[in-house]
Amino acid sequence: MPVISYIDAVTQALREEMQRDEKVFVLGEDVGVRGGVFRATDGLYKEFGAERVIDTPLTESAIAGVAIGASVYGMRPVAEMQFADFIMPAYNQIVSEAAKMRYRSNNDWHCPLVIRAPYGGGVHGALYHSQSVEKLFAGVPGLKIVMPSTPYDVKGLLKSAIRDEDPVLFFEHKRCYRLIKGEVPTEDYTVPIGKAEVKREGDDVTVISYGLSLHFALKAAEDLEKEGISVHVLDLRTIVPLDKEAILEATAKTGKVLIVHEDNLTGGFGGEVSAFITENAFFELDAPIRRLAGPDVPAMPYSPPLEKEFMLNPEKVKDAIRELAEF
Amino acid sequence: MATDITMPQLGESVTEGTITKWLKAPGDSVDKYEPLCEVATDKVNAEVPAVMSGTMTEIVTEEGVTVAVGEIICRIDDAQGKGGEGASSAKKEEPAYDHAGTTARSDSAASHTETNSDSSMKRRYSPAVLQLAEKHHIDLEQVDGSGRGGRITRKDIQKVIESGGTSQRQPSTTPEVPSMKQDETKEATPTFNQKESTPVQTSTPSHGLEPGDTEVPLSSVRKTIAQRMVQSKHEAPHAWTMVQADVSGLVKLREKLKGDFKKQEGISLTYMPFFIKAVVDTLKEFPKVNAVWGGDKIILKKRINISIAVATDEALYVPVIKDADEKSILGIAKAVHHLAEKTRAGKLTMDDLAGGTFTVNNTGSFGSIASQPIINQPQAAIISMESIVKQPVIKDDMIAIRDLVNLCLSLDHRILDGLMAGRFLARVKERLEAYTPESTI
Repeated sequence: MPVISYIDAVTQALREEMQRDEKVFVLGEDVGVRGGVFRATDGLYKEFGAERVIDTPLTESAIAGVAIGASVYGMRPVAEMQFADFIMPAYNQIVSEAAKMRYRSNNDWHCPLVIRAPYGGGVHGALYHSQSVEKLFAGVPGLKIVMPSTPYDVKGLLKSAIRDEDPVLFFEHKRCYRLIKGEVPTEDYTVPIGKAEVKREGDDVTVISYGLSLHFALKAAEDLEKEGISVHVLDLRTIVPLDKEAILEATAKTGKVLIVHEDNLTGGFGGEVSAFITENAFFELDAPIRRLAGPDVPAMPYSPPLEKEFMLNPEKVKDAIRELAEF
Repeated sequence: MATDITMPQLGESVTEGTITKWLKAPGDSVDKYEPLCEVATDKVNAEVPAVMSGTMTEIVTEEGVTVAVGEIICRIDDAQGKGGEGASSAKKEEPAYDHAGTTARSDSAASHTETNSDSSMKRRYSPAVLQLAEKHHIDLEQVDGSGRGGRITRKDIQKVIESGGTSQRQPSTTPEVPSMKQDETKEATPTFNQKESTPVQTSTPSHGLEPGDTEVPLSSVRKTIAQRMVQSKHEAPHAWTMVQADVSGLVKLREKLKGDFKKQEGISLTYMPFFIKAVVDTLKEFPKVNAVWGGDKIILKKRINISIAVATDEALYVPVIKDADEKSILGIAKAVHHLAEKTRAGKLTMDDLAGGTFTVNNTGSFGSIASQPIINQPQAAIISMESIVKQPVIKDDMIAIRDLVNLCLSLDHRILDGLMAGRFLARVKERLEAYTPESTI
């Protein structure tokens, strides 16, 4: 199997889906001629032309609104928000229209659309280019939220998202784009939405994570093995719908759960996972559930030392795991 | 469902308490905040209030038994409106693990052996541990915890289950599990407390009793004094020094003032407030003397809280005058009087005894002219004020009769050196000698 980068997996999935189904098209700021600021749509304009790779005005509400309208009429739009930070002007369209279309029309209409957005920090992007936004959507019924961590999952899940009959928010951690590489099959495959995956087996502490911080957890687990601490790592991959069964299994594995995400602590998705575990697996718990998350400060700092302080890293994850292991 | 009532933390340094008297018996109904029992802790007697309303179902710790803070002393059933019968029927519904815990606890209640130094989490059972213990009939009292504070972890239980549970354990307590990963060898393998362990002896000497000898059991206060004194002498290297002060002026001043003082304030004017004032003012100049030993550091205390030794027939108490530097001679006199009264009435609270930063000991009150006080740990030093005695001295090449007093200082040589202590004493002496019959207080 060829080894490709996280962002190449995005491009491959888009290209293959556009080849497979002519209803699939992409739209967004600079996705066409330029091939996207991160080059996620590189080569698509040349291959599929201006009608299927549409450069839009700098108006996220319109990008979302156009995508919703097109999807309702049977197209399969893949809209790109240049940065997840810019999704806010589109929030009304996504939450009030896309999420509710099927429900309010009693199944007459639905929105098979994907909104891709690079999120997360650690790239010196400061406050407008580093936010994690999943918690702003996670509590809105009617939306699916996919947050893959590996190239294999990116490609398989993006294909599933495009083929899904309802709106899917596809959040790509931009730090992963060229940092994370992995084997990806050349033949067509999909990864089902709503299925978590055990990325590492262990029996002392369970770490539940997704996105970039999943890699911190894996690195921490590798280091801690030398200290005699065995870490079980569950990659949620999709936060909505949540793979509850996998969470219960992973909890039962060790009885000690650490939830890690870059989105800030208060109101972060970890709280939801934690509540679910205590409600459903109380008698499996051997320690209080711990959350490790971004700090509750307004924005990712521009100053490199402060950005470093803000970001999670394997060391922070290790400390949190050790703490639980010793409990 | 019965709730475990534990020995509360009745003061900052209190680690254990002795149940002196149960005020409630099993079957009695209890209101929230109603006293359950009397406890002698450290130096004070206190009542343990109920944290909830209900019916007392069981006394776990009998009168006269000393238990650590956090240990279960009794159980209260919170079943509302069930009346007398309700208590016993509710008890049957208790989950099995609680029964297991109860039986083992009463077995070893009198002789609880502490193998680990910190066992504060020993009986904090997680849901996973309770569930496994119940399912596999494991007596948690017999399992040693490898978690923080001696907590029994789920893994500890799993190992016990693998090795066949607590009931059918083999003579060799280390289970051989060949498939265990290498890294697990680092973890403490759970071992089992020997159930037939003997009570821990608190004292070592074994003096033979001869006819006519009387054995006096140690009261909890006596026990505490013994332990504190041994600890202080053992841990703090005591150095000792003494100076003599000429307090003729002070004696005359007191003679002049004491009649009116008694009339106005209703309490006698003793020398103690003057001594304390001199010490407090000097402590302000020497912050290092107003310090405590912090193990790997010295902590200079900002507040000046003077411990004063107050003796009763049975014991010695060291109540504290808080913020003595904010008080005048009159204020100190009143504080001393108040604390002494409280001590003799047996009404000192933990708060009265806590927070001292330096101790002033009035050994002169019973005629002593020199003493080597034991430091009130973790303070840096203790001063004793001896008897004021008229003595002939040479003054201006003439024999004069002066009122002299010895000031004795024991210092913790880890914190202070002789030079600092000497300078400190010299300033106290200066202050005491500066009083004249014309001084105002």
